[in-house]
Amino acid sequence: MGRRTTKLLSGLVVLALAGAGGSWWLTKPAPWDDGHWEGLGEPDLANGEQVFWAGGCVSCHAAPGAQDDARLVLSGGRALKSAFGTFHVPNISPDESAGIGDWTLAEFGNAMTRGVGQNGEHLYPSFPYGSYARMTAKDINDLWGYLQTLPKSTNVAPPHDLPFPYNIRLALGGWKLLFFSDEPRVEVNTADAKLARGQYLVEGPGHCGECHTPRNALGGFETGRWLAGAPNPEGEGRIPNITPGSKSVGSWSASDIASYLETGFTPDFDSVGGSMVDVQKNLARLSPPDREAIAAYLKALPPL
Amino acid sequence: MKIRAFMLAAALAGLGVTAVTAADEPQAVRQQLMKKVGKAAGALSGIAKGEKPYDAEIVKASLTTISETVKIFPTHFPAGSETGLETEASPKIWENMDDFKAKAAKLGTDASTLLAQLPADKAGVGAALGILGKDCSSCHETYRLKKD
Repeated sequence: MGRRTTKLLSGLVVLALAGAGGSWWLTKPAPWDDGHWEGLGEPDLANGEQVFWAGGCVSCHAAPGAQDDARLVLSGGRALKSAFGTFHVPNISPDESAGIGDWTLAEFGNAMTRGVGQNGEHLYPSFPYGSYARMTAKDINDLWGYLQTLPKSTNVAPPHDLPFPYNIRLALGGWKLLFFSDEPRVEVNTADAKLARGQYLVEGPGHCGECHTPRNALGGFETGRWLAGAPNPEGEGRIPNITPGSKSVGSWSASDIASYLETGFTPDFDSVGGSMVDVQKNLARLSPPDREAIAAYLKALPPL
Repeated sequence: MKIRAFMLAAALAGLGVTAVTAADEPQAVRQQLMKKVGKAAGALSGIAKGEKPYDAEIVKASLTTISETVKIFPTHFPAGSETGLETEASPKIWENMDDFKAKAAKLGTDASTLLAQLPADKAGVGAALGILGKDCSSCHETYRLKKD
């Protein structure tokens, strides 16, 4: 190797390190300031339970195949296949070692709304913090309180099984830089309290867009296609368009939508299917006004 | 004259036969059967929601329709009918035919049991529909694929 080449190479290494330093600064995990999680007081457990069902925690964190009360044991263990590899859902029961029983409210809140783990690491967006980012500190506090009341599990899920380069957590900072946002996904008339509530539930805890909005090759949402339907991430078939422009549900009235979310029956008495079965079971636990708010928001979306 | 009318009728009947060929395909038959079940569930829902008055005859007829229809429903999934005619049947049906049949049988059994007890009022019909709806979705969760 000539002297010149060596010089050139060291120059490149210095540049790369400087670039890495700059990107590190731009893409490092960004939890909230501690004050965000202070002064929230005793959690309202009844509201925490409602947030729990709106957030659909059990759909991924209950043991695979668990039914009824067994779904409240958030032992993890479900494998989520994706284009980026297989994610193994962790135990989030209150067990101190296998679960998240030894976490603080701030650690839980930063995981939920900033995708930052207990050790300050980036979390994978298979955990839908990109939606939960919109949740209020009060709702997080209430949910955290409710989760403490659930049974403990000692199950330990295997680590994620991801090929290079998706196994590099640092790179998730770049993903966040490109795609993470806690801004509204669409504009609706938020002076209308019902629409504002619907927007909060759908875009925030309900995380509906995670399946119903198509993604680009890097897993970010396709802009301008909010809730317009997407390929089924778990295999064949499609996740339907749920905007008023949808061929399948566009003609449903707001009360048709609310009734479907409550009973699982479509207006022509077909039934809920696919992964929506779990979601509907969860949403059936919400208050009727919350289901009506979701329906009102969906009817107010830009038709696509 | 009579012969001509007869020939015309025969020709029309022939046309009719051509027109129903697609409807005889298993994909179309099973879609029709599901619609029948849906219609019966709709009749029960009308009562459960209080949109229609309670009527024991309608409850009986609807539960009978559901119980009898799902008995024959899983027989309409022969090899070769996996695709086509906008079928929403998942390939998993053919991979797990026994489980698929068991799920259909569960709906049939539940409908028969409810028929024997016969829900006596609006609330009873609502409770019955809750049981049946769970059977519908537990099968559709795995074995139906939405294409839109």
